[in-house]
Amino acid sequence: MLGKLDWSAIPFDQPIPLIAGGVVLAAILAVLIWVVVKGHLPYLWHEWITSVDHKRIGVMYILLASVMLLRGGSDAIMMRIQQAVAYQSQGYLPPEHYNQIFSAHGTIMIFFVAMPFVIGLMNLVVPLQLGVRDVAFPTLNSVGFWLTATGALLVNLSLVIGEFARTGWLAFPPLSELSYSPGVGVDYYAWSLQISGVGTLVAGINLVTTVLKLRTKGMNYLRMPMFCWTTLASNLLIVAAFPILTATLAMLLLDRYLGFHFFTNEAGGNVMMFMNLIWAWGHPEVYILVLPAFGVYSEVVSTFSSKPLFGYRSMVLATMAICIISFMVWLHHFFTMGAGPDVNAIFGIASMIIAVPTGVKIYNWLFTMYGGRIRFATPMLWSVGFMVTFIIGGLTGVLVAVPPADFMLHNSMFLVAHFHNVIIGGVLFAAFAGFEYWFPKAFGFRLDERWGKVGFWFTFVGFWVTFMPLYIAGMLGMTRRMQHYDVAEWRPWMLVAAFGMLLLTIGVLAQITQLVVSIRNREALRDRTGDPWDGRSLEWATSSPPPVFNFAFYPDVRGEDPYWALKQHAKEQQLGDHSEPEYQDIEMPRNSPTGFVCAFFATVMGFALIWHIWWMVILGGVGAFATFVVFAWRDHDEYVIPAAEVERIDRLNIEERRDLVSLAGTL
Amino acid sequence: MAMTATLEQAHADPHHIGRVSENPGPAPKRIVTAYGFWIFLLSDIVMFSCFFAAYAVLSGQTAGGPKGSEIFDQRNVAIETVCLLFSSFTCGMASIAADVRNRLWFYLGMAVTCVLGLIFLAIEFNEFADLVARGYGPSRSAFLTAFFSLVGCHGLHVSAGVLWLLTMMAQVFAKGFRADVLRRMMCFALFWHALDIIWVGVFSVVYLLGGGT
Repeated sequence: MLGKLDWSAIPFDQPIPLIAGGVVLAAILAVLIWVVVKGHLPYLWHEWITSVDHKRIGVMYILLASVMLLRGGSDAIMMRIQQAVAYQSQGYLPPEHYNQIFSAHGTIMIFFVAMPFVIGLMNLVVPLQLGVRDVAFPTLNSVGFWLTATGALLVNLSLVIGEFARTGWLAFPPLSELSYSPGVGVDYYAWSLQISGVGTLVAGINLVTTVLKLRTKGMNYLRMPMFCWTTLASNLLIVAAFPILTATLAMLLLDRYLGFHFFTNEAGGNVMMFMNLIWAWGHPEVYILVLPAFGVYSEVVSTFSSKPLFGYRSMVLATMAICIISFMVWLHHFFTMGAGPDVNAIFGIASMIIAVPTGVKIYNWLFTMYGGRIRFATPMLWSVGFMVTFIIGGLTGVLVAVPPADFMLHNSMFLVAHFHNVIIGGVLFAAFAGFEYWFPKAFGFRLDERWGKVGFWFTFVGFWVTFMPLYIAGMLGMTRRMQHYDVAEWRPWMLVAAFGMLLLTIGVLAQITQLVVSIRNREALRDRTGDPWDGRSLEWATSSPPPVFNFAFYPDVRGEDPYWALKQHAKEQQLGDHSEPEYQDIEMPRNSPTGFVCAFFATVMGFALIWHIWWMVILGGVGAFATFVVFAWRDHDEYVIPAAEVERIDRLNIEERRDLVSLAGTL
Repeated sequence: MAMTATLEQAHADPHHIGRVSENPGPAPKRIVTAYGFWIFLLSDIVMFSCFFAAYAVLSGQTAGGPKGSEIFDQRNVAIETVCLLFSSFTCGMASIAADVRNRLWFYLGMAVTCVLGLIFLAIEFNEFADLVARGYGPSRSAFLTAFFSLVGCHGLHVSAGVLWLLTMMAQVFAKGFRADVLRRMMCFALFWHALDIIWVGVFSVVYLLGGGT
């Protein structure tokens, strides 16, 4: 009846996950009760859960990523403490639990923090920057988000029901095969990634179509803001790479569920094939994450230097070059697995070549700042901090791209420090920069600068104190994923790293404080004009938060930095705008619970597959198909906002902006 | 300020790349939908390519089990291919009928497409059942694993296609040739033709290359 599920699945003998799960469950229940008692449930349902508005979906993506960041961060704290105390002792985490923690940490941080964060930013910003009203497929957008949330939910369920994978974040066979991992851990891993991977693919298709087919009048390719270019590149990579992940996980699942022999040791299975397939997805994946990050920095540096981006076309070229080359370097993740010196040399050189376009980007940002009127607001601090940090990560990347060096450094702490260096210093800093930068656009008030700066400095310093010692420990021969160790000279570095983790934790707490303080002082921090930073691209040309239709008229773009040009033009003419525009009715897509219902059935189906509850699997599948049919049967998928209403909303914003024109360029 | 404000050419061409044609604005829905679906199909083809690659790597790993030439029945494969390729033609007929709003020919074309798809699936199912009965199931060897997965993945797609086809017929029956129904029909046709292209690959790589003695 319940497949493999029984009471033994709950880890009553392990206090840590049980307490953690209990706390989380209590928090969720408290929030739910508060929502219901306060009567917020209808509002949540109508305005958020069933919303197909790209701005709302973007915000929900970022909320999901932030919550999961706390979960993945807790894992990181536990690991740092374990390695600090586990010198010539077992520490406080038993091996099987420690292995689950590092696997969950990697999986969560990549799939449920970094991915939703950048996809959330893209969703929120790209349609606004392109001057259009929504993404290409609004309802599909909602489905994609909720499927991602389903994946996150399943991973978190594994905390208290059953176990998570102990195989590392990519579940290499043969360890992840049934004979070595008989439990449900790998199944949790594979099904949650499979479901959220579908969500990611959907988002990718959606955003590629949006950038290529929905641009406002005059928004030619070489007038798009840099963030739109990086979004395009990143989503092209999603469309090209994520199906590989889907296929690879499907093969692993077939091995585990039906006794196939793709990656087994017996009957002719081929483990190296898994390596090639997973990294053919895995390497593009890191560029899927970092390209939008580069886009965020381009926007921020240009805005806060009050200058157009330096070398715009070279930036476009560099972005697309990285997009293509990123598919040609996957083998550098397993130089030591016997491909031979000639193959290794080719892939080593290809990997080093990526440093060239990346260097082009760094110089472009520096030259954008050169001679600009720089304002060191929090987003700009994150961007400058990124440049300093990321260069170190990039250089160590070039170092491990040298195959002979990699034979020494493969799977050492040096490698761990390298990829944390580029992902934290690159992607996470960009996520925070974008969060600070676009928060006023999403919610209509700024974030508190003082707490933001405290958060930045603690995170920035904390990062260096945590990860530079790991470089050194790696050089001293420490390998990754060690539950305990006996080498005396590693110990001090582990203690320093644990202290750095403390600083990082304070940084995160400072940012949470910043959010709370800002919400409480929101009237003082109110952004009335929609243009708090003296911005340059179209998302600042509408109110904060933007109306559901974004723009009363499709903007008519005549060049780069279109909004900046508009402001300058208005300034020259000594006017706001006195012409009387002709407002028209606007058609917008209706809200739909399709995404939420789909994800509900996907959750049921995923859980049932993990625990082998076959009748429930069929139930979930039939439910999902029924949802699809019900959605296809709708007769009215749009509603009309009358011209008078559009005019009322737009007039308010125009009034607020009158004074802004005279201030352009002087902030 | 209004968004219709115009600008002099001062900002129009900062990089001196010459006169560029202006982007006319967002594309119409039909174009956007078809474009998005094309992108999806490309991603689906990438997924198939992984199974092709796996088949290429594992096709020699028979682990003492049968080789391809011992289990492939060329005559059945020929019938399957004829069915599927002809179903592409009838699907095209149904698409044309939908474009000219002709219900009779639409239903007829779709029905024939459906029957041909089902014949294809039946033959494939028989082939699989027969192999399993002889002890040559997918867990017998890595070669059979790859074979069942690649061919079965295509078969699953065809099954999903048949389900979608029936849904489309019901849609037209219930809603008539509405704009959104026509857009879905277009996507379905793209999907069905794409499966044909994949089948040509499967047929060549698996049955023709592996079928020789």
